[in-house]
Amino acid sequence: MSATDQAFRGAPAGADRIAAAFARAHAEDRAALVVYLTAAYPDVATSRACYEAAVEAGADILEIGLPFSDPMMDGPIIQAANQHVLDAGVGVADQLALVASLTHLDVPKLAMTYVTIADTRGYAAFAAELAAADVSGVILPDLPVAEADPWLAAAADHGLATVFLASSVSTEERLAAIGSASSGWVYAAGLLGVTGVKSLASDVTRQLVTAVRRHTDLPVAVGIGVKDRASAAEVARYADGVIVGSAIVRAAGEGDPAGAPERVGALVRELRAGVADR
Amino acid sequence: MSITTPATEATAAREGYFGAFGGQYVPEALSGALTQLVDAWHDAEHDPAFASELDDLRRSYGGRPTPLYRAGRLSEEAGVEVWLKREDLAHTGSHKLNNVVGQALLTRRMGKPRVIAETGAGQHGVATATAAALFGLECTVYMGAEDCRRQRLNVVRMQLLGAEVVPVESGTRTLKDAINEAMRDWVTNVDSTHYLIGSAMGPHPFPTIVRELQKVISIEAKEQFALQAGGVPDAVIACVGGGSNAIGSFADWIAVEGVELIGIEAAGEGVGSGRSAATISEGREAVLHGSRSIALVDEDGQVRPAHSVSAGLDYPGVGPEHAHLATSGRGTYLSATDDDALLGFRRTCELEGIIPALEPAHAVGWLLRHGHDHLGDGARVILTMSGRGDKDVDEVVEVAGWDVGVAKAFGTDRSEPTDNDRSEP
Repeated sequence: MSATDQAFRGAPAGADRIAAAFARAHAEDRAALVVYLTAAYPDVATSRACYEAAVEAGADILEIGLPFSDPMMDGPIIQAANQHVLDAGVGVADQLALVASLTHLDVPKLAMTYVTIADTRGYAAFAAELAAADVSGVILPDLPVAEADPWLAAAADHGLATVFLASSVSTEERLAAIGSASSGWVYAAGLLGVTGVKSLASDVTRQLVTAVRRHTDLPVAVGIGVKDRASAAEVARYADGVIVGSAIVRAAGEGDPAGAPERVGALVRELRAGVADR
Repeated sequence: MSITTPATEATAAREGYFGAFGGQYVPEALSGALTQLVDAWHDAEHDPAFASELDDLRRSYGGRPTPLYRAGRLSEEAGVEVWLKREDLAHTGSHKLNNVVGQALLTRRMGKPRVIAETGAGQHGVATATAAALFGLECTVYMGAEDCRRQRLNVVRMQLLGAEVVPVESGTRTLKDAINEAMRDWVTNVDSTHYLIGSAMGPHPFPTIVRELQKVISIEAKEQFALQAGGVPDAVIACVGGGSNAIGSFADWIAVEGVELIGIEAAGEGVGSGRSAATISEGREAVLHGSRSIALVDEDGQVRPAHSVSAGLDYPGVGPEHAHLATSGRGTYLSATDDDALLGFRRTCELEGIIPALEPAHAVGWLLRHGHDHLGDGARVILTMSGRGDKDVDEVVEVAGWDVGVAKAFGTDRSEPTDNDRSEP
């Protein structure tokens, strides 16, 4: 590998787009708002409209969940959304086609899924497909740094950032590894648990963010446990980004699909106000 | 460049890998608990006090050693000499207690007050609830709602032993979903809780710990066979779901040349029918439940629902060491259908006076239908009778539709003409 290649691998192109989104929020003296929505939920057309509504309402970054049959890290709301999409027969190719149809949205998009989805297509092929769909980065919550080398090589080849999760139980040694392997940002899991079940434990999360910052200059965004304007504002006081998932998926899925984009937009506006309330 | 898997050469020496399979594919929140478990296990392994307490519990509480029994009438019918390793005679009625007692001791060493477990047929759940009662630990068992229905007896046993049984309604409502739910509980309560995994699967160090704790099956059988039959068997046969009784049955024979290791998976309605749990026969490399192994996944990587008449084998994955034994050729992995298993079940009852669990009935069924062809004249085999079948009798009679006289005994015999029947012309 040449020195140029190494430099390229150190800073995937997707990471630049993500960095720019955080910088823009920082310049406006607020945290960045990262919005998670399960792809093709509750259906492809509604899902597309929900992503558009989220960006229109102020999302800085989109996390696009590619459904997996056995989502170990997700709570009941996102699990049910995943299962709904799989039951509807919308496969990964269709989900990626949906993602590719969002190029008009001027925010970085990250794919969040599980190792087996990437692995089954082959890491290199999956990375190429994501890059072709205008995706800037990837989050694989069941891929720890120690197992990540083959994926990181494929991601770097296609200019994708890889965001790793840090937890309040991570040792300093692991936080150092997470900080150096991550690109884009570091995802601080705000509480021990799965998505969308409990509320945030503030002290622990704040300490985690501080600990992560000892090991990286990347932005640190907090997810798991943020659900409304108040919790978004609280996290925005000490984190560079606020990630919201289950609350938004619930808004997309409850009630009439025709009203989903409006419900998502209303919640995102509230959260966006929250991240500026610091 | 295509990099889909870690290169075997690079990972061969890595702790927690069996060839290209194994590893720790888990959320970061579990990293601390796994490191703690690795350390606790290393300490325990080298602590004579741990070994002696485990040995004492196995003997005085667990009923070990279990007998090795020459099944004469079954041998005659199979055309090969069959020795049954009687794990069905161990306390709680299966091999599961071997692992559970060891992990309960580890839980105590780690100072955790609570254990959680997944269970399919309920055997591991019952064993865990038993050890929790014995050690004074809080216990929650996750069990697929469909499995709760078909293994009702074990649900009641767990509750009597003081465990909370949580029926899992998500996904396919079977073992894999129970594991997902247990993992989620563990991620949430990792400080206070040990996840007492019952099979030879999951993230490192579980496949190794479970193998080492179940190895007692093959250590005993090796000694017993030499003494009772002389020499070594031609094959060791065990049923494989996640693979705990099989890895325990194989472990001490892996280094012994000339002993074929035969794992029998559950093929449900047949390999290729779309309703099967024969993971190694039909699956592909995938990451499921914390390790890289072989699993039943579709072209997108979504886990396919498994099917088997046996709740304990109704699992779309398999432990990573079995994947390695299969791909390296040391192990032979074949399958038995629901129909084979029901034959094995019935003939073990009728010929030996042993009501087997449906899981090892797969191994018996395979042996009766294919054993002689596969092994040839004069073969001698050890077959692990991994559990007893009390839990299965209702399900078996219903699924097989056998007239065993139940209806007659309870006065609801439908073969007697009813008023309705009489009104027919």
